[in-house]
Amino acid sequence: MNMLRTFYNGIVPENPTLRLVIGMCPVLAVTTAVVNSVWMGLAVIFVLTASNILISLLRKFIPDKIRIPCFIVVIATFTTIADLVLAAVQPDVHKILGVFVPLIVVNCIILGRAEAFASKNPVHLALADGVGMGIGFTLAIMILASIREILGNGSWFGIRFMPAGFEPATVMILPPGAFVSLGFLLGTMNLITARLAARNSRSTERVPSHAADAGLEG
Amino acid sequence: MEEKKAVPSFDKLIVASSPHIRAAETVDRLMWQVIIALIPAAAVSVYFFGIRSLVLMLVGVASAVLTEALVQKALKKEITIADGSAALTGLLLAFNVPANAPWWMVAVGAAFAIAVVKQTFGGLGANFVNPALAARAFMLAAWPQHMTGRFPVPLDSITAATPLAILKGTATGTLPSYLDLFIGNVGGVLGETSALALLVGGAYLIWQKVIDWRTPAGFIGTVALLTWIFGGKGGLFTGDPLYHVLAGGLILGAFFMATDYVTSPITPKGRLIFGIGCGFITVLIRLWGGYPEGVSYSILLMNLVVPFLDRWTLPRVYGVTRARA
Repeated sequence: MNMLRTFYNGIVPENPTLRLVIGMCPVLAVTTAVVNSVWMGLAVIFVLTASNILISLLRKFIPDKIRIPCFIVVIATFTTIADLVLAAVQPDVHKILGVFVPLIVVNCIILGRAEAFASKNPVHLALADGVGMGIGFTLAIMILASIREILGNGSWFGIRFMPAGFEPATVMILPPGAFVSLGFLLGTMNLITARLAARNSRSTERVPSHAADAGLEG
Repeated sequence: MEEKKAVPSFDKLIVASSPHIRAAETVDRLMWQVIIALIPAAAVSVYFFGIRSLVLMLVGVASAVLTEALVQKALKKEITIADGSAALTGLLLAFNVPANAPWWMVAVGAAFAIAVVKQTFGGLGANFVNPALAARAFMLAAWPQHMTGRFPVPLDSITAATPLAILKGTATGTLPSYLDLFIGNVGGVLGETSALALLVGGAYLIWQKVIDWRTPAGFIGTVALLTWIFGGKGGLFTGDPLYHVLAGGLILGAFFMATDYVTSPITPKGRLIFGIGCGFITVLIRLWGGYPEGVSYSILLMNLVVPFLDRWTLPRVYGVTRARA
């Protein structure tokens, strides 16, 4: 139950991209096409989960004063693995993602979760947190990449589906398009959370009144 | 007058005894005055570029007004399309596209200007850059094939390079005469070609005290001075300032876009500095930049420093020493 909640926490309530707004560099840079964002997301899920598990296992042995260098060594190891595997499996995608795969080492999300969560919690929770945060990041950049690829290139996953008369707005796959669509995505996320919060507070208010009604009838 | 909202604190409202002076300037009046001042340029544009020009202007205005109404309805705000500000944005946006631009691009551009640049920042008075110009920059980056290159020639169905592109040497063609530039018988975007019609409108706005002469004077003066000094091929002080002033969008930008109330300084000194800054950046782009024309980017860049200009040029109150920071 607790593992499930930790997992869900990374996807909606504390989504690293849309709620915490950290690790923005790859979010803006690799979302020009959905395929790129999927591979970037997979690399981040792998590095985040693996480093969370290892750091959680080592949390009693890492001296407090040098914990950041220790975290970086662990994260850099897994990032190197991800980088080499991606270069072997998907050389084209690896070339497009370029420097952003090695840059996972200094990504705020991974270091942030190591510091804020994995170094303080048992392994099973650190695993759930890593997978949840990783999937939350991947979903967010996939949505952003979908908006940008559809409007800026008229395609999705590289398949052109918009009618021939549609002239893609090139600006959407340029940096300004990333900022504008990210702004609207963050706004939409805030709107949804506000609506959900309003509905939750109303439904919890209603519970006692229903109980009171039932009591009266009984 | 109906009471709409309760005033939070009555202690801070000091009402002196009558008589009260009521200013005639309202947002509605100012916006419609600017639209009136743009009519000569619009008429010349329709004469030279044909009915296509009128269609694009109507599409721009309709899309801007409709977007404003829809966004305000969606955000449950008061619908203020009658104040003319959205219509003005749509018209100025249409003035920024060539006559062969597709109508849907003008519609999308006007919607972007209102929905993204104006309403997301809080609507009229809260946008930090000129909506029409920001939308022009958006269209230039989104559909460069429709916004650059060869523009339609007046009273003809062929296209040609714009005078500034020829002047810069990035395109070939014969330079139009000063007279053609002055009356607007040259290729260009819809609203920029006729210096005469724009000057008539600009003079009307200055006469009606809608705009301050300082911004256009600083802007055009700086462009003239710097192009005279640096614009010539044969060395310093051999440039052709008159050509640089008449060609391109300088007069349209200086009188109608750099003077936008929301995105220009409120102090007189600030307005002069704003105009000079616009002129400086325009010349930088025209003479040494990648584009043949720099008016729109120069105004957008100067829009960003307006809050600093306002704070910097705040007049000193008589008898009060400047507080040390």
